[in-house]
Amino acid sequence: MTTEKPEQIDYAAMPDERGHFGPYGGRFVSETLIYALDELAAAYERLSVDPVFLAEVDRDLAHFVGRPSPLYYAERWSRELGGAQIYLKREDLNHTGAHKVNNTIGQGLLARHMGKKRVIAETGAGQHGVATATVAARFGMECQVYMGEEDVRRQAINVYRMKLLGAEVIPVKSGSRTLKDAMNEALRDWVTNVDDTFYIIGTVAGPHPYPRMVRDFQAIIGREARAQCLEMTGRLPDALVACVGGGSNAIGLFHPFLEDSSVAMYGIEAGGYGLESGRHGAPLNAGLPGVLHGNRTYLMQDEAGQIIETHSISAGLDYPGVGPEHAWLRDIGRVRYEPVTDDEALAAFRMLTRTEGIMPALESSHAIAWTQKLAPTMRPDQIIIVNLSGRGDKDIHTVADLDGISF
Amino acid sequence: MSRISARLEQLASAGRKAVVPYIVAGDPSPDTTVPLMHELVAQGADIVELGVPFSDPMAEGPVIQLGHERALMHRATLRDILAMVAEFRRTDNETPVVLMGYANPVERIGYEAFAREAAAAGVDGVLIVDMPPEEAGDLTDQLRPAGIDMIFLLAPTTTDERIRKVAAMASGYLYCVSLKGVTGAGHLDVSAVAALLARIKAITSLPVTVGFGIKDAASASAIARVADGVVIGSALVERVAAATREGRSTEELARDTAALIGEIRAAVDAL
Repeated sequence: MTTEKPEQIDYAAMPDERGHFGPYGGRFVSETLIYALDELAAAYERLSVDPVFLAEVDRDLAHFVGRPSPLYYAERWSRELGGAQIYLKREDLNHTGAHKVNNTIGQGLLARHMGKKRVIAETGAGQHGVATATVAARFGMECQVYMGEEDVRRQAINVYRMKLLGAEVIPVKSGSRTLKDAMNEALRDWVTNVDDTFYIIGTVAGPHPYPRMVRDFQAIIGREARAQCLEMTGRLPDALVACVGGGSNAIGLFHPFLEDSSVAMYGIEAGGYGLESGRHGAPLNAGLPGVLHGNRTYLMQDEAGQIIETHSISAGLDYPGVGPEHAWLRDIGRVRYEPVTDDEALAAFRMLTRTEGIMPALESSHAIAWTQKLAPTMRPDQIIIVNLSGRGDKDIHTVADLDGISF
Repeated sequence: MSRISARLEQLASAGRKAVVPYIVAGDPSPDTTVPLMHELVAQGADIVELGVPFSDPMAEGPVIQLGHERALMHRATLRDILAMVAEFRRTDNETPVVLMGYANPVERIGYEAFAREAAAAGVDGVLIVDMPPEEAGDLTDQLRPAGIDMIFLLAPTTTDERIRKVAAMASGYLYCVSLKGVTGAGHLDVSAVAALLARIKAITSLPVTVGFGIKDAASASAIARVADGVVIGSALVERVAAATREGRSTEELARDTAALIGEIRAAVDAL
């Protein structure tokens, strides 16, 4: 194969049948789970083209989640920056307050079609846990959510929300007691209860078919945004911006635009205290390829191949890996990945709240912060779409703590 | 013929079953491992499986997870562990040593360098828990010419078609996971294992060892009736943990831990 330019690549053909995006992705799990992944892949293959299933997903996205989410023209913010016109894709307005529910609706319905009575999930900030507990309540399924002990402490409100929804939250005390350890523990549960349990992974990582399946469920974001932008402005955007932890909201926005070569894309990683500090969550900027949680991708790791602890002010970006499709898009140069620090994200959180009356999640605030740098470098006739992946209510305590306020 | 195949053939022709202890290399400290390996052999171990500690050992139950954590407190690296194997080989050139671990430390070194260094250290087999045959082609291509066996897992969920595929890529022996679960799980079902073993044996002539949930002489001899060997992991790592808590010397820790292998050896040989 000769070196391909990005526009010659058939993005829709990725991943290959074994889940590889170039050298990334795949299925790095212990033997016991292979059968379950084959079963899942076969069910998904069948249902993803089944009009009845797709109609069920669409109906729930419309009437339960509240889709389509608006594409909001941030006029005042655009004017203040004095460059490109900025539009916000309002995933914060979804039921449960973030994009996560697009995927849990899809996987929850899949679980129901496969006859699974029990769902499990991992969660960091608790948004995916809440979205999973929500669909479990709606579909009448047993639900257990693994959450690092450290995150249980930091995200007490989401823990209580999950309990109210009828889910059991299991604090994970191993390793660094955060999201990666919650995922280890969920995998251990799945290997033990593989017959009756469906593991709802919250991001575009994990073993095949998860990265592809979660991408497909999240791609509604980009499909809507593309149509909305064409309708509102008569043209495609010039740039897309989204934050990247595991990367599900970003791939959801980007994927339907990948073949539009005029559309630039920016994935924003957690720069934490700054890349030079080593305390961040930016594997695409400062990590190396490796294998974790069922896939090959960029990882935060030491020279011996041990996974190292990450840091971000936003729990949802506090993860040492990233979805394999992002690793591939980075290498081929289709998407640029940039870091934004905690301080920059916090400043952006405050700015958007004051300027547009919209309080973004701290995760999404990373994308807002990058847009503040990007927009002034562009012309006023150009368009940026930013994925406002979640609302900031869950982060009030974090921000208040920094302001020295306790409730 | 590899040390592993030679050892297993020798056992089979004598009508004996393999006793295979698993310990975490570097647990609780780097200087414990080689004396413990020698003591395990003295108590009757046929093959030694050395766990390579990893920050995210997702197939392990709580006991072995803690073993990995203790080893990592001393920052034991894969190269440190290869040095332990080389040291073990200075006085034991007979007992096969299998490294059992996760993909990422091997990825970091690189397959070619790993195969070369592992062979030089005297490693006989490699089992990467999170690298099923579909993802293991490139690594196997490096290990085979270096004379190292690639050991693969089979599980209760493995279909007959897959057993064929896995067996075609494996050498040395197959490691059969006795149950759906993590290491150290408590729900071993001997008749289910027997049925699984019958299914495997109908497909391949490779020796099959069984692990997960074997914790004492009774469970070991029950499984040894139907398998070519038994792997004992969590029960040993728990003894290492207890000796560490109690502040035992390396010599005492090795003796107390390996005593379990002596009991299991006697029970399995009495079959």
